[in-house]
Amino acid sequence: MIGLVSYIVFFLILSLIFGIAVLGLNLQWGFTGLFNAGVAGFTAIGAYTMAILTGPARDAVLGGFELPFVVGLIGAMMASGIGAVIVGLATLKLRHEYLAVATFGIAVTIQLVCLNWEYLTGGTLGLIGIPNPSKAWADGPLAQNALYLLVVLVVVGLTFAALERIVKSPWGRMLKAIREDDIAAASLGKSPERVRLEAFVLGCMIMGLSGALYVSFIGYVSPWDFLPIVTFQIWTMLIVGGSANNRGALLGALIVWGVWTMSGFVISRVVPSEIQAQGGAMQAVLIGLILVVTLLIRPRGLIGEELHVSRHARS
Amino acid sequence: MILQHIADGILSGAIVALGAIGLSFTMKMLRFANFSHSELLTWGAYSALVFLAFFSSFGGFFDQTIGPFSFGADLLLAMLCACIATSIIALLLHRFVFERLSRMAGHMTMVFASFGVALTLRHLVVLIWGSDPIYYSRELQFAILLPGNVRVMPDQVFLLGLTVVVVIALHLFMSRSRTGIAMRGVAESPDLARASGVNVDRIITWVWAIGASGAAIGGVLYGMTVQLRPELGFSLILPLFAAAILGGTGSLYGAVLGGLIVGLSENLSVMVIPTTYKPAVPFLLILAILYFRPEGIFGERSR
Amino acid sequence: MTAPHVLEARDVIAGYAPDLPILHGVSVHVDAGEVVSIIGPNGSGKSTLVKAIAGLVRVSAGNVRLDGRDITGVAAHKLAAEGVGYVPQTGNVFATLTVRENLVIGGAPLAKAAALDRIEEICTIYPILEERMHDKAGSLSGGQRQILAVARALLTKPRLMLLDEPTASLSPMAAGELFDAVRTLAEGGAAVLMVEQNVKAALRMSDRGHVLAEGRNRIEGPAADLLADEGIGEIFLGFRRDAAWKEGAG
Repeated sequence: MIGLVSYIVFFLILSLIFGIAVLGLNLQWGFTGLFNAGVAGFTAIGAYTMAILTGPARDAVLGGFELPFVVGLIGAMMASGIGAVIVGLATLKLRHEYLAVATFGIAVTIQLVCLNWEYLTGGTLGLIGIPNPSKAWADGPLAQNALYLLVVLVVVGLTFAALERIVKSPWGRMLKAIREDDIAAASLGKSPERVRLEAFVLGCMIMGLSGALYVSFIGYVSPWDFLPIVTFQIWTMLIVGGSANNRGALLGALIVWGVWTMSGFVISRVVPSEIQAQGGAMQAVLIGLILVVTLLIRPRGLIGEELHVSRHARS
Repeated sequence: MILQHIADGILSGAIVALGAIGLSFTMKMLRFANFSHSELLTWGAYSALVFLAFFSSFGGFFDQTIGPFSFGADLLLAMLCACIATSIIALLLHRFVFERLSRMAGHMTMVFASFGVALTLRHLVVLIWGSDPIYYSRELQFAILLPGNVRVMPDQVFLLGLTVVVVIALHLFMSRSRTGIAMRGVAESPDLARASGVNVDRIITWVWAIGASGAAIGGVLYGMTVQLRPELGFSLILPLFAAAILGGTGSLYGAVLGGLIVGLSENLSVMVIPTTYKPAVPFLLILAILYFRPEGIFGERSR
Repeated sequence: MTAPHVLEARDVIAGYAPDLPILHGVSVHVDAGEVVSIIGPNGSGKSTLVKAIAGLVRVSAGNVRLDGRDITGVAAHKLAAEGVGYVPQTGNVFATLTVRENLVIGGAPLAKAAALDRIEEICTIYPILEERMHDKAGSLSGGQRQILAVARALLTKPRLMLLDEPTASLSPMAAGELFDAVRTLAEGGAAVLMVEQNVKAALRMSDRGHVLAEGRNRIEGPAADLLADEGIGEIFLGFRRDAAWKEGAG
């Protein structure tokens, strides 16, 4: 029984951390129509920033600041935000499919930097010993995880509430106007380019936050945590849940991560041990199929946009 | 040293060019960025493995290596069959995924779907063939020493020769045959082509078959000169996009030239940046071309 | 009962999105040897009407008949093979292809040998095409492009010719020549349906005219009567140029 509870707590922590990244992507794609295919890159920036700011001193690697958890979170968001400003200035004028290609390339490049800039990232070994604040406040893995879940829930709650307010604000309506029609949006008075950049940066900061929460929980970070498949997973979560709906973004994260872990569990039980190594491939095939099938049979996701069907849903 | 880099660049550029032709055509004619196109190279390479086992089982003539090359008639036949198999995969994907989505949704939905398709195709390869590197042949080959101390393998010479043949054949097809001319017409204006009596669906079928066959040949040549790995195609996503965008989508010569530029800059880059950052070079090319000349080298400015 | 009209469109409802019709029930018919002009203000659905007849815009209600046979919803490339020629208003030639290649595409519905013969025939009618055979269509003048577009549509010897503002970007002289060519076409037995902004000139060379407004038939009658009706002239002469791009974009 305790095993099950602690498993559920563990599952909820990870799926909600993913959920935060999905919320960030939802702001970009769902509400603003910006195609970011480099989600993994921006979560990586947040994760490594967290690791560097809060981690212990290491030989030949930048670090030893041992800053508090909250400072790490803020720093992670800032770093992802700065990265997003640079990327956004260079790419946001591009048409959709070129923006997708360019951001995909950015994620690949960021991963290369993680792999190779050893002074900053520890290279292929990654960075270990990243403190999890709950370990200082509670005893035993279950209590610690429950406490961390609480922390994650607070962050998700704050992010969700902030995004809900934002998208209903005049600035949020501006986002949707840009998504539907750039020219019409320009007539509302604000520069669409500026607003697109703001939405892109804010979305990437939220992705960085997600990466930071992830490394604190896991305790280490390595370049292999931010392969392009992470981007695909997060996109699948958004599509399955329903884009342009923050509730849908979180629901999608829970469901897709649920399918991922459940299928991993089933595969580890059912599949003979000599081909266990291929289990991960089965999971990936499953995620790919879920994405394609959702698009074919329920393109608006489980809970799509709340308003009337917009032109966006079709085009 | 620089000559060796140039030779390597041309060789890897040829493979990129073969893959980029199809990507460039589908980007232009179906108006979506197909992130799963590079997986067709992987499938071409691996499906050839199956046909290779079949043909080499005949032994004798099929099994014997040709001249200085590492392969025999069996691999050439397997390559042909791989083109057909990969075309069938591409057409099935078109029929059941991309065409449906293009009707009921928009081209960005097709891009998401291509993420899912790429993920599925790549990991199916792992499931079927495992993730360890595979070679078509274990035959030893002796490098040919060219002037300037450049070393190339006989198979690499074959690679280049076959690429030239494929490009010339495609050039003749696109400029002489009615289907090829109609294809260029569809690229420029599908509606006008339709109104002129061109069956656009039939042309799209040709586009996929040509693109998939180019990818299959590229994949087999990659397997022949490097090795077969499930990430073979995946690692080429950015080079392929870079080549297609550099050349201007929809242009045969653009894709070929783009492929060569990508191959050369990747291989020459190691003289100035650490080798480990080589995979970022195509991305930098993409950024540069989109910034300075978004329509590519051969693209039309008018749109 | 008399022979069926070459074209008969009845109560056609059509548009680009299923829930947003642009045509709200338009009827028009054309007989062999006849030139019929469609005129009307900006946004009245003139271009949409010819596109719907050509099979490029989905017809959601009503029907279109060619020689009495129902062709509603038939794919555009099949209609081209059945004898419907269509010259769109903008982008009516393949600019990146040579003149010859444009003509080859126009011959797509024909067998290869027949298509090549027809290309030769067409070039005797329009010698300018022979002269520019291997030049890119994008390098032709506006008038030459229009001739190429018409020639391309003529390759299949269509019984019905649909022309969307054929004189829109032409000099008055080139426009006159084009109207002559259209007249010749009708005298050869084709039915011609033409959308024109140049109302007076169009009506002068047409047999009948239809005035569309807001996607519905408003006025129709012999061209001479419409021309004499001062009200129509006044209403539409003002709309000549500015209307062109919006229609094309829609």
